[in-house]
Amino acid sequence: MGWLLLKDIQILRRSPLLLTLLVVYPIVIAVLIGFALSRGPDKPRVAFVNLVPSTQTELDLAGESIDLAEYADTLFESIEPVRIDCEGRSAEECQEEALDKVRSGDVLAALVIPEDITQRLQALQSLQAVDAPVVRVFYNAEDPVKARYVQDTIKSRAQDANVALTQKLTQVALSYLDLIVEGGSVSLPLLGGDIDVLGLERSEASLRAAQAELPPGSEAHRQLDEVIRFGQLAQENLDLSDEVLGTIGTPIKIETEVLEGGTTPLSTFAAAVAIAISLMFVTVLLAAGTLALEREENAFRRLIRGLVSPTALLAEKALLATACSTAVGMLMLCGLAVFVDLVWGRFPLWVAGVAVGSLGFAALGLAVGALAREVRAASLLAFMLALPIAFLALVPSGAVSEPLYDVIRVVSALFPFKPTLDVMDAALNDAGGMATALAHLAALTIGFGALARVGLRRFA
Amino acid sequence: MPLLEATGLVKRYGARDALRDVSISVAEGERVAVIGPNGAGKTTLLSILAGIQEPTAGRVERPSGELGWVPQQAALYGKLTVAENLRLFARLERRADVDGAVERMLAQTGLEDRADDQVAVLSGGNRQRVNIAIGLLAEPAVLLLDEPSAALDPRQRERLWEFLLRLESDGTAVLYSTHNVQEAERHADRVLVLADGELLFEGSPKELERLVGEPGHDFEGAFVAFLQQRGH
Repeated sequence: MGWLLLKDIQILRRSPLLLTLLVVYPIVIAVLIGFALSRGPDKPRVAFVNLVPSTQTELDLAGESIDLAEYADTLFESIEPVRIDCEGRSAEECQEEALDKVRSGDVLAALVIPEDITQRLQALQSLQAVDAPVVRVFYNAEDPVKARYVQDTIKSRAQDANVALTQKLTQVALSYLDLIVEGGSVSLPLLGGDIDVLGLERSEASLRAAQAELPPGSEAHRQLDEVIRFGQLAQENLDLSDEVLGTIGTPIKIETEVLEGGTTPLSTFAAAVAIAISLMFVTVLLAAGTLALEREENAFRRLIRGLVSPTALLAEKALLATACSTAVGMLMLCGLAVFVDLVWGRFPLWVAGVAVGSLGFAALGLAVGALAREVRAASLLAFMLALPIAFLALVPSGAVSEPLYDVIRVVSALFPFKPTLDVMDAALNDAGGMATALAHLAALTIGFGALARVGLRRFA
Repeated sequence: MPLLEATGLVKRYGARDALRDVSISVAEGERVAVIGPNGAGKTTLLSILAGIQEPTAGRVERPSGELGWVPQQAALYGKLTVAENLRLFARLERRADVDGAVERMLAQTGLEDRADDQVAVLSGGNRQRVNIAIGLLAEPAVLLLDEPSAALDPRQRERLWEFLLRLESDGTAVLYSTHNVQEAERHADRVLVLADGELLFEGSPKELERLVGEPGHDFEGAFVAFLQQRGH
């Protein structure tokens, strides 16, 4: 077996293009996938048209000044604003420039803040009957993915800004209620300056003083008693309004709890995905190709005439493919550790995960090679099999209907990609379940190994 | 005393009979040609004799020493050199003196100057010589060759037979299948005529000509007439 292994290594060394493709292609694919999964999309460029005059960005609420620009910043956490300079230009010109940028593809969308937003918000908090201000968003819907992305991003950020503003308005409303209960001074420019509000507490004291002057049992005394009780009742209930109003801004609180799976960060999970995909391509292609090559070179019949047993031949190919892909996998992990925060203390588990995963893929590759019997057919079959297997294993629960997801789980469990992903996730991220995944891989290795052995009967 | 003997060989693929009760024997130093039309069962017979396939019925008694097998298509690794191919199979054959065996085969095939060339760049004739050399690495008592000259031009074929005829001096028995009837007539001590899996004739080429009994036929004509007489 050792001489056959040496022979295969010699053949690989003399096929530099094949070797390069086998190593570089999966690494490029894996790194791309890793980056795509670990890094969110860059902030989309959005044209920002602010028609609010620079002197009117502040909103006065119960004497407190609120700068709307602070709330615009909430929006800019998710987008990169391309500010349109509207100085000395009409609103239509500004808006048209923004729309041109959207049409040309320079920006993903245009966001237009109306010039009357401050006045309308001011009027709303003064309980005047006006419509709420409208912020307009323009975008191209030619690409459904892009359209959905713009909708989700801007709606989500606008929602955050709305909530922040609502909380501020609620605070103002609560300060008004405090004023009614406790009394005090309030600034009302429309009424010509500060005015003093008596408040329920002070009015109760005044009423009690006035009542003491009246003869007990008199009608006036009784009526004042009713007014005092009403005042007390109002005070008690308005005290409770703090909590009621406080829930308006965020009526629903979200608490999340993980039921299954670990708390793997996306970046390190992406590393596990990248490694699993690389191992799959390198190992399956190598095992399938080297086995099919024995038949293509007509050497198989010569070998099994007592020189090597078919099982030993399979073991040799599995060893070669596993060793090569383990080396590639470990190199990749060391490279990924530069970009992703991996725990070096778990290095032995990385090696175990990569090696056992590779062995599972090698068994699959041998079955493919034995069934296809030609190198080209084996390579094609390996690709056709590998891509959907990886795709299915990455479908999250809830993304498809329950019966379909059950089918996907069963299909994924029949191939080594999902357990390899689980093993690598456990090895890299301490996600748990490594023993189960290793046992799963061992069972698949035996199963595909047996299938390859049966397939070899057709070789001769 | 035959070196190789097969008795009552039957091979069925589903409902099709590839071999029907075929019995043959090969003696030391003998050259035996298996001839017959396409699909006669020649390759199946040699595969069973070589131990690559199991017969459905019948038995094969092989020589106590090694039995050399040379498949129709060269069973070589194209990316390895001539010497590396020979060395690999010498090691797999567990030859005691690997380098000695390789040098001997290179000398015997006349390929010393091509020892370091990759097999993929060799001509069909040279590739077939390496193919045969690998079959001879174990110094077998019997060498089985399946259509050894099928892909060769006349000059390469002639050189191949010069090489094979030299084996006679070592006492190596050679059993080969061929489409080329003249090749059987020129080089075989004995011919076996197979048709539809049935062994129709076993004897020398001259005996086949006499059996047909029609004057004016050369061996090829006698062979065709024989098959026609037997309904093939």
